Amino acid sequence: MSERTSARVVVVTSGKGGVGKTTSTAAIGAALARLGDKVVVVDFDVGLRNLDLVLGAERRVVFDLINVINGVAKLPQALIRDKRLENLYLLPASQTRDKEALTEDGVGKVIGELREKFDWIVCDSPAGIERGATLAMRHADTAIIVTNPEVSSVRDSDRIIGLLDAKTEKAERGECMDKHLLITRYHPWRAARGEMLSIEDVLEILSVPLLGIIPESEEVLRASNLGSPVTINAALSAPARAYFDATRRLKGEQIAMEIPSESRSLLTKLFGRKAA
Amino acid sequence: MKLFNLFRSGGTAPIARERLQILLAHERSARSEPDLLAVLREEILAVIGRHVAFEPDKVQIKLDRGKSVSTLAVDIEIPNGSRVGGVAPQYRRLTLDGGDSSMNKQVA
Repeated sequence: MSERTSARVVVVTSGKGGVGKTTSTAAIGAALARLGDKVVVVDFDVGLRNLDLVLGAERRVVFDLINVINGVAKLPQALIRDKRLENLYLLPASQTRDKEALTEDGVGKVIGELREKFDWIVCDSPAGIERGATLAMRHADTAIIVTNPEVSSVRDSDRIIGLLDAKTEKAERGECMDKHLLITRYHPWRAARGEMLSIEDVLEILSVPLLGIIPESEEVLRASNLGSPVTINAALSAPARAYFDATRRLKGEQIAMEIPSESRSLLTKLFGRKAA
Repeated sequence: MKLFNLFRSGGTAPIARERLQILLAHERSARSEPDLLAVLREEILAVIGRHVAFEPDKVQIKLDRGKSVSTLAVDIEIPNGSRVGGVAPQYRRLTLDGGDSSMNKQVA
């Protein structure tokens, strides 16, 4: 494999559980791969792994992150290549409860090795602020904070932002962590009626630049049922377009912020999509 | 208040937003100044413990955060005749109220 100097380590984090970290990791990882980059998604949720399931690779897991850290397996043995996208790989978490095996040095070495092989290393953080979550963010260059427009999610995101600015290698070097907000499960009509925090409310409270807005959609549930990220399974659906836009912004492209809707997906199918 | 909310036109998002703004302002300042409540608790109890004996379990500390004013209430249950090294006091409860920073002694 050729030398890569510009590998980027991204952590997908939130504090609160159930907001869509794993779904977003899979969708953005697959979108990056479809846009031509070489991507590995890494599951840090030791004991409660699910990224394998969301990617439809649950029956192909042999070795995991902790096996690699312990020297039981070499990194290439533990990496699972996606059957649909040849640029997409998964490094699964261990399903054992031995969280202590996740050491800072061990994780650092694995991330270092992945940096030589991939353009993007997308780390799926566990919920909470314990060891797994702090190690998932530890070596990150960029953080994606997944937030639902709901009070407990916003509060936990604020806490995670504090950790990103204090407990990461980048922060300890005195650099500013590159942070992006991804709002998921958004209902535009509820926000319009004042029933749900609006995008502006969340942005004003958290003061982190917006990466994307993923509308609530049945396609997201369908995709996880099938074990195929929404950006592979239903690439023209509203959430998939929102994830593709977010992914392009992550790559540095300037794309106007909009919330794709299902009704327009028919039109875009018929008339083709305007360059975003 | 709840009844009032029932008749409100529009949604509850503005309330969510205001609650979050107040809460996070406090949590952010607490982050840079770790556990102010624990420090206050320890120092207040040390001062009171110098004069009267009390059981640590019988101490309640409440903090109510408001937008412009917060109140700190320390409620200590003291057994009668528990004065340390002196005349037995008539106090049954000591209440320290941070709201107006006065000390109210409830006479037994």
